[in-house]
Amino acid sequence: MANNVEVKEIKYTAKDFASDQEVRWCPGCGDYSILAQVQRTFPEIIDRPKEKIVWVSGIGCSSRFPYYMNTYGFHGIHGRAPAIATGVKLANPELSVWVASGDGDLLSIGGNHFIHACRKNIDLKILMFNNRIYGLTKGQYSPTSEKGKITKTTPYGSVDYPFNPPMLALGAEASFIARSIDRHPKHLQEMIRRAGLHKGTAFIEIFQNCNIFNDGAFALLTEKDTKDDHVLELVHGQPMIFGKNKDKGIKLDGLTPMVVDLTSGKYSKDDLWVHDEFDPNPARTAILAMFDETPGFPTPIGIFRQIIKETYDEGLFRQIEEVKKKKGEGDLEKILFSGNVWEVN
Amino acid sequence: METEKEKELLQLKEVTIRFAGDSGDGMQLTGTQFSETTALVGNDLNTLPDYPAEIRAPAGTIYGVSGFQLHFSSEDIFTPGDQPDVLVAMNPAALKKNLPELKKGGMIIVNSDSFDIKNLNLAHYESNPLEDGSLDGYQVYQVPISSLTANALEGVKLSPKEVARAKNFFALGLMYWLFNRPIDKTVQWIHEKFAKNPEYIEGNEKALRAGYNFGEMTELFTARYTVEPAKLPKGTYRSISGNEATALGFLAASVKSGLPLFLGSYPITPASEIIQYLSTYKNFGVKTFQAEDEIAGITTAIGASFAGNLAITSTSGPGLALKTEAIGLAVMTELPLVIIDVQRGGPSTGLPTKTEQADLLQAVCGRNGEAPVPVLAAATPSDCFNMAIEASRIAIKYMTPVILLTDGYIANGSEPWKIPHVNELPEIPVKFRTEKEGFYPYLRDENLARPWAIPGTPELEHRIGGLEKSDIYGNVSYDPDNHHKMVTLRAKKIKNIENDIPLLEVEGESSGELLVLGWGGTYGAIKEAVNKARAQGYKVSQAHFRYINPFPKNTEQVLKSFKKILIPEINLGQLAKLIKSEFLVDVQQFNVVRGLPLRVADIVDQIIKTLGGNNGK
Ligand SMILES: Cc1ncc(C[n+]2csc(CCOP(=O)(O)OP(=O)(O)O)c2C)c(N)n1
Ligand code: SF4
Ligand SMILES: [Mg+2]
Repeated sequence: MANNVEVKEIKYTAKDFASDQEVRWCPGCGDYSILAQVQRTFPEIIDRPKEKIVWVSGIGCSSRFPYYMNTYGFHGIHGRAPAIATGVKLANPELSVWVASGDGDLLSIGGNHFIHACRKNIDLKILMFNNRIYGLTKGQYSPTSEKGKITKTTPYGSVDYPFNPPMLALGAEASFIARSIDRHPKHLQEMIRRAGLHKGTAFIEIFQNCNIFNDGAFALLTEKDTKDDHVLELVHGQPMIFGKNKDKGIKLDGLTPMVVDLTSGKYSKDDLWVHDEFDPNPARTAILAMFDETPGFPTPIGIFRQIIKETYDEGLFRQIEEVKKKKGEGDLEKILFSGNVWEVN
Repeated sequence: METEKEKELLQLKEVTIRFAGDSGDGMQLTGTQFSETTALVGNDLNTLPDYPAEIRAPAGTIYGVSGFQLHFSSEDIFTPGDQPDVLVAMNPAALKKNLPELKKGGMIIVNSDSFDIKNLNLAHYESNPLEDGSLDGYQVYQVPISSLTANALEGVKLSPKEVARAKNFFALGLMYWLFNRPIDKTVQWIHEKFAKNPEYIEGNEKALRAGYNFGEMTELFTARYTVEPAKLPKGTYRSISGNEATALGFLAASVKSGLPLFLGSYPITPASEIIQYLSTYKNFGVKTFQAEDEIAGITTAIGASFAGNLAITSTSGPGLALKTEAIGLAVMTELPLVIIDVQRGGPSTGLPTKTEQADLLQAVCGRNGEAPVPVLAAATPSDCFNMAIEASRIAIKYMTPVILLTDGYIANGSEPWKIPHVNELPEIPVKFRTEKEGFYPYLRDENLARPWAIPGTPELEHRIGGLEKSDIYGNVSYDPDNHHKMVTLRAKKIKNIENDIPLLEVEGESSGELLVLGWGGTYGAIKEAVNKARAQGYKVSQAHFRYINPFPKNTEQVLKSFKKILIPEINLGQLAKLIKSEFLVDVQQFNVVRGLPLRVADIVDQIIKTLGGNNGK
């Protein structure tokens, strides 16, 4: 009987999640919007008391995030947030563990931890603030900066290729991969909500404007007159349509995607690729992820993929219970006196 | 037994045997079995496995030779023995490599079948040492071990290769006969180990018995030997290696603190066994996390500590280097954590399978910023158990990362351990902060420790991290005076631990001519050397550090009580450096960095030299 357990109705507002610390990002920074959307979404998605939420971060402008959330928080060292968060989650699986990280923090110095968290499907929500630059260190190029980028460390333009974050997450078989934009609050809220509901590693790439060192990096995707032609909003079960007048669509011909004109009379909605978040075939997710690098194609936002599989923490505690059942609760005295023992009298 | 009447049974006080052969010859197994049986017979013993870094180096080569030395006695012993009395050499390379260390006049038992042209060439012998007189002066026993094993196994359903592999059991059986030990423990082991493989049971058991019987039947040996049980204190014993003791120590700390144990670790020789042992204790709720690298090993542990587990991370020198930045994070966030460094030969990848004490300065000083960390060092294999508990106790009580140093020698070596009962082990009190009233993340208690308020505790939500924190409140602070204050407080907190650890004990006179000062895994070698020198009439005392940062409170007083201080170390003088800079005393160093334990005889020589001939007698 559970009537001796007091069930408290938890009702929070966005304000409950704001800490007393003064927010210190540059005025106009996209990080403000991300913070606001998290604080707005949390009252709705949080299914446990506030003290069971932990925010973990690495180092960077983005990694200041935990200080501004009135939850438990851990500001780690550069790149290590996924590993620290893993430890928190495994120490106490009842906690809801969130990671705030940057493109440099998560994909450069912390790349190894990121892919392994995805691979192990540890129940973490990872928000990567992608401003395609190193903000905190004042403007060096990052692993998501476009080739040819001119920055303080690449005065003649960078010669290396950027990471495609959803592609990387897919390669590591993350069980939830999404993308959103700081300037698209409603969409961002929805992605945060959906990530919060997912069990397993949930990765959201958030395009974030650094108005000091990389201003306008996502202008095409956020400015009124260009965004509709450049952003494809993925909606589960819906055909892929974009454009100012909803006049363009994506058709998948075998494994070859094409942008088609819906006004030409040649193609209708029925010819279009219908988005399936649960598509088990990673090849199709990869095709979606590559749109970003293909001229003429729109940039997808939304949930690229989501699959359900046992999380690491579930596996770990399942195994502990199984072994306990098989061997009985651990008995230290018995273990100490086991093996080849002998008496000296 | 009849033959016992026929063959003389000589009593010995102590024996050192070295088994040597190809990496694939099963010498580690042979050595371990002989040790287990010897422990059960009641001898005091100490072992030294010595194997190449290559898993299967080309057969027959000198660098592929694997060895296992054990020293057993009817009295207290502390080392695996400087020089073997007996060498069992399974091939020419094993003979070539180990002969220089055999005692003059020592016993050599060779597998004569292996002394063919091919193997002699591989071992770079120009002529057969069994025939050219180069072994004159040793007692050489040529036993055709391979063919005798093959004969014994005739009719057993095993391939010729598998038959050849059983020869180590023949050698083991022969040694059991020669040193008058029972074979039944090994027989039982064979039955358990190969339960799924009846042919292996039959083959190995037959080889073992054939070896034993050969000893009895052959004319080769005219005597056999026996070593009486040692007079150890009353109790229940087992033989234990340092790594196993370390794992059990942390398991005990988990039970005694009531905290689930979390180990984040990345495999590295010679530390991997710690995670391997702990991963078998799932029914204690132990969580072992094989991380993607050493940095993740420690940072997962830091996360687990933040969330209220007893968190530890295990590694060796190269891994400790990778964990450096994260140790600083644990210092700054003031979270309990134990970092175990099973030291091996360095620098870089160095000598992965060999021992060394060269990470002391890395442990004490190797971090950016002022990042003081308590450093403990286990003295013997079984002491790893005690020090694991101590490290956990200090980490929790003072909310600090603690480094526990062991080394390849004590990690792999084993000794008899008088098993403690759980109720004799110290309690490790834990108090998680739960009251909201007056809670500040960096408000310190009487030990200068901050509160441990773990996620899940209502109304204590707070943020910590690597940025400097304001005193008491724990908010990010760039205030210069606050930084100075916090740096000082963190240092004071660690220094203060000197009031909570045992004093430095002096064995022998508490003042006088010469103190031999050591730390960590050289305890046994120094102890035996000091005992030997004292037996010869030299006036010399010993003190040994198990707590290095902070040093025990009476350290200065002990140092000032002796005219001379000799510090033997398996490094180029790292403790010596710390002692000189901290206490401004003059010390003599004795440093040998061969990847092997210090030799007792060498330390005795140094003692005599330092005393200046008859000085101190
Ligand atoms: C070990 C280490 N290396 C380098 C740095 C310097 N550093 C701090 S933040 C940063 C890059 C952050 O970039 P990103 O993750 O994209 O975060 P942003 O500031 O853009 O949000 C670097 C290189 C550091 N703090 N620690
Ligand atoms: S530097 Fe850029 S990313 Fe950092 S706070 Fe300023 S605007 Fe934001
Ligand atoms: Mg960035």
